[in-house]
Amino acid sequence: MSADVHQLAKMLHELDDQLVGCMKCGLCQAVCPVFSETMREGDVARGKIALLENLAHEMISDAQGVQEKLNMCLLCGSCAANCPSGVKVLDIFLKARVIVNTYLGLPAAKKAIFKGLLTRPVVFNSLLDVASKFQGVFTKQASDIIGSSCARINAPIIGQRHFMPLAKKSLRKLEKPRNSRPGKGGYRVAFFPGCLVDKIYPHVGQAVLKALEHHEIGVYMPSGQACCGIPALSSGDKESFDTLVTTNLEIFEKENFDYLLTPCATCTATMHELWPLMSGNRTQTLQERIEAMSKKVMDVTQFMVDVVGIEMPEAGSGTKVTYHDPCHLKKSMGVSAQPRALVRSNARMELIEMAEPDRCCGCGGSFNLEHYNLSKDIGTIKRDHIVASGAAVVATACPACMLQISDMLSQHGDPVAVRHVMEIYAETL
Amino acid sequence: MISPALLKEFQSLLGKDNVMDSEADRHAYSYDAAVLDAVVPELVLKPTNSEQLGRTVALCNENGLPMTVRGAGTNLSGGTIPTKEHGIVILTNGLNKILEINEQDLYAVVEPGVVTAKFAAEVAKRGLFYPPDPGSQAVSTLGGNVAENAGGLRGLKYGVTKDYVMGVNFWNVEGEYVKSGGKTVKCVTGLNIAQLMVGSEGTLGVYDQIILKLVPPPVASKAMLAEYDDINKASETVAAIIANKIVPCTLEFLDNATIRYVEDFTKAGLPCDAAAILLIEVDGGHQALVDDDAAKVVEICKKNGALQVQMAKDAAEKHKLWEARRNALPALARARPTTVLEDATVPRSQVPAMIKAINDIAEKYKLHIGTFGHAGDGNLHPTILTDRRDKAEFARVEQAIDEIFDVALKLDGTLSGEHGIGIAKAKWLEKETSKATILYSRQLKKAVDPKYLLNPGKIIGG
Repeated sequence: MSADVHQLAKMLHELDDQLVGCMKCGLCQAVCPVFSETMREGDVARGKIALLENLAHEMISDAQGVQEKLNMCLLCGSCAANCPSGVKVLDIFLKARVIVNTYLGLPAAKKAIFKGLLTRPVVFNSLLDVASKFQGVFTKQASDIIGSSCARINAPIIGQRHFMPLAKKSLRKLEKPRNSRPGKGGYRVAFFPGCLVDKIYPHVGQAVLKALEHHEIGVYMPSGQACCGIPALSSGDKESFDTLVTTNLEIFEKENFDYLLTPCATCTATMHELWPLMSGNRTQTLQERIEAMSKKVMDVTQFMVDVVGIEMPEAGSGTKVTYHDPCHLKKSMGVSAQPRALVRSNARMELIEMAEPDRCCGCGGSFNLEHYNLSKDIGTIKRDHIVASGAAVVATACPACMLQISDMLSQHGDPVAVRHVMEIYAETL
Repeated sequence: MISPALLKEFQSLLGKDNVMDSEADRHAYSYDAAVLDAVVPELVLKPTNSEQLGRTVALCNENGLPMTVRGAGTNLSGGTIPTKEHGIVILTNGLNKILEINEQDLYAVVEPGVVTAKFAAEVAKRGLFYPPDPGSQAVSTLGGNVAENAGGLRGLKYGVTKDYVMGVNFWNVEGEYVKSGGKTVKCVTGLNIAQLMVGSEGTLGVYDQIILKLVPPPVASKAMLAEYDDINKASETVAAIIANKIVPCTLEFLDNATIRYVEDFTKAGLPCDAAAILLIEVDGGHQALVDDDAAKVVEICKKNGALQVQMAKDAAEKHKLWEARRNALPALARARPTTVLEDATVPRSQVPAMIKAINDIAEKYKLHIGTFGHAGDGNLHPTILTDRRDKAEFARVEQAIDEIFDVALKLDGTLSGEHGIGIAKAKWLEKETSKATILYSRQLKKAVDPKYLLNPGKIIGG
């Protein structure tokens, strides 16, 4: 055992109190989407926890091998939501990724993206604005119902993906920053569209703004918003995560508001749960500021239904819509009735349930980039459930799920449209 | 010990992906759900068809490698922890096909790696019923259930796994195919080897196919919850229900400590001062009959001193009544870092004496123990809440377990109702049986596995 691994083991000891709670019952095998494909114990929460324990107690020396297993995870939280002992699996895995990554270092490509690009929103945004103008050179349209594209030529990053193209104009270009006072709605909110809505689904952001305006909610949407930080954190890059949190904190602290809304399940969960969870290394004041901000974070669907209140028509009929529960909304935040209510608010839509609506779509952010075939196998099960439901539209509340589901449906040539529940609600206004 | 040549041979037999020799992979198969030290295997093998399984066993035998077969690894007695020297783990999750569900002759043929709940669901789709429902059924495998003779909540009325095993075809240690039992209701051909394989914990052969009995499902059921201020009254209720010729499909019990832990966790408004709660469900082939039984059970509960009896009117209410029982283990498991789940079992009339003894033991060793379980069959789950990192406390836990088993045996009970002996309880086996029993078992073992390569050290030590 080298002195280095001893150092790593010492760092992992901070997780000991959480690791020991796992009673190794193995029930996580029943719900883990990755395990259901690979059937390998090292890919399920119990196995990963055992490996971390053994690494912490210096019984295992191959830190890299453990890191590979740690990365073989969608961070969907299905295991934690079903754990009889209530082990906070996601907290453990995110902290462990940071620790193991600090020890082993970040791969060069990720370092370039996170430290050079993501943490500098101005550079990142202008680069993608330019990219959106040239993307047609390499790609062509694949499905006009879904609006997806695939590679025109053999492009290694795209592979066989049917991806959603960058929007011609991002939300930032379409909508000016806002800072309006509340009207009859009484509330004032800050709006954080998130990267994917800004760059790929700006019309979702516009739907949110339309709904807020309709209800006369005051909106603070500042320029210069940075990524919520999850791509960096899930890769174990705590430094970039901290930078992103601070950037956003400073922008949003400039004004007063009741809620900080996002239309992205992953951004909501990150800002509400992970910002405070991962702030242990910050100064006391900063911790308190992060805590105060994260308490204001709310998913836009929850705000619409629980805070504003929406009008419900008699049972809808017409287009059949099925709803996919994003893991970070249902399993992390416990929000599942509100987005369904938004679908039902549209009298021209009829909500029908697919099998296992809360089964992970398999996206998992960078998991999709690193383990595409596995991500696709998991996504295909979701696709099969959607198609079997007979719905013409699949609605969800997370742009990352929308990307993955679009890819799966488009590759199969399924005529099913993919929409955010806020688009469906905004149509009624 | 495992030469590069042998490794290559396994790889060409099973495919490279199905031979795991990396440190991380091997560590992921070093434990099961028992609170015991992990043992890291030298190699993990995953055969994906019957021939590969037979060849794998033969190769391990030829090379003197001790093999431990593993399904989902939910074992609570260490039966799936591999052997210390050159242990090989053979996975069954690549052998997970339901080969046949026969609706005319009411049997099914399965490979050992089929997940219990998935099988039960497939059977239910065809209007049939496979009753054994161990707590781990969402992930446990049928092979594991047979090897452990797994029980569950329905044991009292429907029996346990052994009552559904009609046949077991398996590879012996030399990799030759042994057939036992069959697909007929009656079958007396040869020794009853199939039942010998049940509960053998992987020590006598490696299952290839299992033939399981299916039954028609009940069409109606009714659930009730009764509260008691005295554990004896709950026990008398259980005895009276049986004496009245009613056999509930479940007759579950929570003691005061468990009730308090559950209430702490769920805030569902459970009676924290109650000495015990009974959760009773009756089922049958006819609604009127079930309603009759249910009414009788309510009467018996009241007559025997129940403070309050609730009967569920519909499925939603039934789900709610079950909530306390469903949350028993989660609530206990959250209270302290380590959860030691035991399954000492006594004749049902001895349940009050057993509970009293467990509570005395908890006090004597300054431990927190919550007890819940299957009151109808006397199968209790004293659950010790501790922290295995606290060496002094864990030493007291081990002493407490010794005493719990002593009491269970004194009350004419048994070491294990459904979790198996494995390595966790092997040392107490002689206390319950006799020296000759152990010797007889070892002679049997030696005759079929002379090199002690089939999950050695389990059940009978050695």
